[in-house]
Amino acid sequence: MFAITTLVAVSFSVGGAVLDADLSAALLWLILFFTSMAGLSRAFVQEEEAGTVTALRLAARPDAVFIGKYLFNVTLLFSLDVLVVPLFWVLLQQTVALPLSFLAVVLLGTAGLAGASTMVAAIVAKAGARGPLMTVLAFPVLLPLLLGAISSTRTCFVGDKAIAADLLFLFCYNGVALTASLLLFPYVWDE
Amino acid sequence: MQTKVVLKKLTKAYGRRRLFADISVIIPDRSVFVLHGPNGTGKTTLLRIICGHVPATSGEVEITVDGRLLAREERREHIGLVSPDLELYGELSAVENLEFFAGVRGLPFSLEKARNLLASVGLAGRGRDLVDTYSSGMKQRLKYAYALLHEPRILLLDEPTSNLDETGVAVVAEIIRRQKERGIVIMATNEPEEVSYGDQTLALGQPGTGHLAQGPAH
Amino acid sequence: MFWQILLGIWMTAVILASFLYMPATQGLGQTGRIIVYHVPAAWLAVLAYLISMLNAVGYLRRGELRLDRQARINAELGTVFCLVATVTGAIWSRAAWGWYWNWDPRQTSIAVLLLIYTAYFVLRSAVSDQARRARLSAVYSVLAFLTVPFLVFVVPRVYASLHPDLINLEQGSFDMDRKMLVVFLASLAGFTGLYAWMYKLVARLENLLDKLEQQKRGEAESER
Repeated sequence: MFAITTLVAVSFSVGGAVLDADLSAALLWLILFFTSMAGLSRAFVQEEEAGTVTALRLAARPDAVFIGKYLFNVTLLFSLDVLVVPLFWVLLQQTVALPLSFLAVVLLGTAGLAGASTMVAAIVAKAGARGPLMTVLAFPVLLPLLLGAISSTRTCFVGDKAIAADLLFLFCYNGVALTASLLLFPYVWDE
Repeated sequence: MQTKVVLKKLTKAYGRRRLFADISVIIPDRSVFVLHGPNGTGKTTLLRIICGHVPATSGEVEITVDGRLLAREERREHIGLVSPDLELYGELSAVENLEFFAGVRGLPFSLEKARNLLASVGLAGRGRDLVDTYSSGMKQRLKYAYALLHEPRILLLDEPTSNLDETGVAVVAEIIRRQKERGIVIMATNEPEEVSYGDQTLALGQPGTGHLAQGPAH
Repeated sequence: MFWQILLGIWMTAVILASFLYMPATQGLGQTGRIIVYHVPAAWLAVLAYLISMLNAVGYLRRGELRLDRQARINAELGTVFCLVATVTGAIWSRAAWGWYWNWDPRQTSIAVLLLIYTAYFVLRSAVSDQARRARLSAVYSVLAFLTVPFLVFVVPRVYASLHPDLINLEQGSFDMDRKMLVVFLASLAGFTGLYAWMYKLVARLENLLDKLEQQKRGEAESER
């Protein structure tokens, strides 16, 4: 809902003018970032509030819990992509020079977003804090990914540079975030 | 089939406040161990420490199954827990809950097994209803189905009969009796009748350490 | 006491030398003198943050609250030096590049470091249980630290840096004249000494507070 509201608001206010590639790439990732902050911060808080966390902790291995939550969040964000990206294209008249690479950038970027956010959401749930803690904690961790994704998205729109190194960068971020999360998650999950 | 739980000099303190100190107990196979005492004396915390969900400030919990000492990671396979702060998924039905937890534990699941389990806690015919629509007594019964799903050696019960009616209480008594045949029951309660189930009882909140007593011989 | 006095004299000498003894740098002119303060502060910020992160890893491994305290004190000191580096950098940027802030890669990186540790302190203040606070903040500091290298990689690709490099990699030599190098190294040593002293001071203060707390508790119990 947040994603669509923002997109429509921006599209309306620029009144059909074609945005600069830099600007629309940044806009796309800002929408995805804030939507995932709103959506994914509930992943563990929900279990904590409903009291199901005790039942889950007694039944499941921590890494299984993390992978489950991670896959769920990835699926959630992918379906958000399916909704937002076509709408983005229609409303902002953005031309895409490298469509296949663009698809890869979007998928790798959202997967990274989901991975790091899942871990931060677990921390936030245990911190027992409400409000903006999720965004405050996630932003510095996600910033490299966001900057990388924005610059590679721009490249995909314009098509003026090689994209392979950008894809490798996004891929590595995913790998590091996921490995670190799997190693660190038990410390958050268990007392 | 041998199970043993040993508490060694368990102490728990929150900051400067000491909840209990130096609790040492040996709980042998086929017995019921009862914790009782006023609110806020650490009954629930002690159960959580045995689960491995809360670290003790000092001391150790040793759980031995068939002569092998369990690592903390392995405990979850042998422990079943019923507690007021444990809830099942309200947006799923009872059967779906059992299916989910069987999956998470890597156990085979069949509808028949779920039905039998639900029938044994007096929920026959209600397995397809969402847990959110359950009364608190029915939820309490479902927790027993969850706790017994993997046929654990050790059953931990915190306020075993809260929210239960008379037939519910009878169901719990039967579960405790059967569990005693295959392992250990550790429960925290203040109901005099339930305290009398105990082969050993421990009163928390006494000055100094807990007071250990042998229950009436059964 | 001896060391503190020596440190005081040493830093005074460094300050005087940075204005009187050291020549104006080639290319950077008079503004180049700030290097004597800016660079050591930045290095110490990174050093203190690194030690903080290592202590966090140590805490996760061994669970000693002592390590958590060391991690926190180092994060605090790192933030102090980081602020010094940021402010001196911004002043220099105003003189050399025309405005205080212009998202040069180095400025971006230091801003992110500040963001990470702001988040770290926000997290710590949100959790009241000691052991839980230690664990969560340790996990966060390790997680955040691991993402920093990506920033170093991605940012220069987007914006070219105008930041002067201290070490000229192509020639494999320092880009400084001898007098300047002497003052710079003296300053680096002074700053490191300052860091060590500040660390000892904070650690001692906290130990004393702990003892005071214990004493109070003892009195309260004996009154009962």
